[in-house]
Amino acid sequence: MLEVSGLQVDYGAIRAVRDISLTLAEGELVTLLGANGAGKSSTLMCIAGALPASAGSIRLEGTDVTSARPEAMVRRGVATVPETRDVFPDLTVDENLRLGAYTRRADAKGVDEDRARLFEMFPVLSERADQPGGTLSGGEQQMLVIARAMMSRPRFLLLDEPSLGLAPTIVDQIFDMIATLKRSGLTILLVEQNASKALAVADRAYVMRLGKIEAEGTAAEIAAATDLKALYLAG
Amino acid sequence: MTVFLQFLIDVLSLGSAYALMALGLVIVYGILRLVNFAYGELIMVAGYTMYLVSPSGLPWLAMAAVAVLMAVVAGIATDYVAFRPVRAKSVTAVLITSFAFSTLLQNAALLFISPRPRNVPLPEIFSETIQFAGVITPARNVITIVAAVLLLAVFSWLMRRTVIGIAMRAAATNFTMARMLGVPANLIISTAFAISGLLAGVVSILWIGRIGAVVPGIGLEPLLIAFIATVIGGMRSLQGAVLGGFLLAFMDTTLNFTLPQDLLKFRDAFTFSLVILILLWRPEGLIKGPATGRRT
Repeated sequence: MLEVSGLQVDYGAIRAVRDISLTLAEGELVTLLGANGAGKSSTLMCIAGALPASAGSIRLEGTDVTSARPEAMVRRGVATVPETRDVFPDLTVDENLRLGAYTRRADAKGVDEDRARLFEMFPVLSERADQPGGTLSGGEQQMLVIARAMMSRPRFLLLDEPSLGLAPTIVDQIFDMIATLKRSGLTILLVEQNASKALAVADRAYVMRLGKIEAEGTAAEIAAATDLKALYLAG
Repeated sequence: MTVFLQFLIDVLSLGSAYALMALGLVIVYGILRLVNFAYGELIMVAGYTMYLVSPSGLPWLAMAAVAVLMAVVAGIATDYVAFRPVRAKSVTAVLITSFAFSTLLQNAALLFISPRPRNVPLPEIFSETIQFAGVITPARNVITIVAAVLLLAVFSWLMRRTVIGIAMRAAATNFTMARMLGVPANLIISTAFAISGLLAGVVSILWIGRIGAVVPGIGLEPLLIAFIATVIGGMRSLQGAVLGGFLLAFMDTTLNFTLPQDLLKFRDAFTFSLVILILLWRPEGLIKGPATGRRT
């Protein structure tokens, strides 16, 4: 479904991602692991269209989408949950969700149905539907951005560090939710620092270090690799 | 009581005009984080359109509609000419192109029309006065208040109840995230410029209603007022712009009522001193605007 080859991402003179290649099959949950600054988020944001690629190519379902505009990627069925979480703080929870359905705004009935379904899935969001997004707790905001991303009915979800800065019980909830999304057939690329949690839900994993892919394999293989800690600490 | 009512009407009518000016500036600033210095020229464009269509014999309201429409077109043109080609390059470049576009429009008016004031047709009602509760006030003050109330109501409905309005509020907080939800950047920016042009067009007609003529530099004062009002109110908040407009009008009017005759010509010095005091107290303006929602 997704094919990244030879990708390079630069921030000015800094090369964040160096010549990486990865693939995702339909329905697969692939996790991208690595220490802070390994280039995971840059890779993800580049796929989302929020960062331009300096070299290499990104193909989605056979179509070249290298350095496509972010709004074009959404129309192709890609939804992004960035690391910065990015709830719109002065928009209500409901407005945040409605905005998530921007690309399908013509389908008012479908949008209402999805909204009702997501409110059922996240009762806490339903209770706070008219509250500004900025007043939610960190965990609630994370649920809101994931729910908001789902409002576009994506076929491919890019998730960046959904567990960052959250309490352990909330982290468990978030990962349960990711597993549920995977079972629904969604293709997911998950960037995480919490390797054990990520490997528990993932099919396959890539480990990045200093902008390069250092290891790849099935989740079990990567989990069994003894040098996993070393990769992190050396990052 | 009569004096108070007179004062209130003056504040509200001046404040209405200031609030609309400020809103037109801040709607673009909120999204692009850039002051559109060609904003004053949108007001000029509407003014000259009124002057140019006046021989046509159209009903006045139709002429006013054409003028507002031209301001909207000029607003969108600002985006295409001055902003879009250099938007991705650098902030400095956009700043300079917005100055350049402003100078270009002003000089076009100087060259093709005249540096001297040109009379703009105004209906009778703009020169009439209204008397109620012992207060005599020009009808244009009431027109300004009514126009502002209507426009602010429509604007607020648009921003709260329509998807494009919600998208614009979102884009003002975090443009990249809005784009990652599928909100097209170009549409949002062009819409912001169109709304800015619409407000400038209406402001132009209300402003000319006060001074009766159009000159190439007509936009300078409204631009300055709008800029100060948004700085007081908070550059990133739409409500702040409106509040700042009314507060600035309140200060101006209070000084008009209280300053002795020989100090009145220094009114702006007093106003700006107060603005400085407000900024010392609240450097970010009265209303801070939404937090960016970013974690540190």
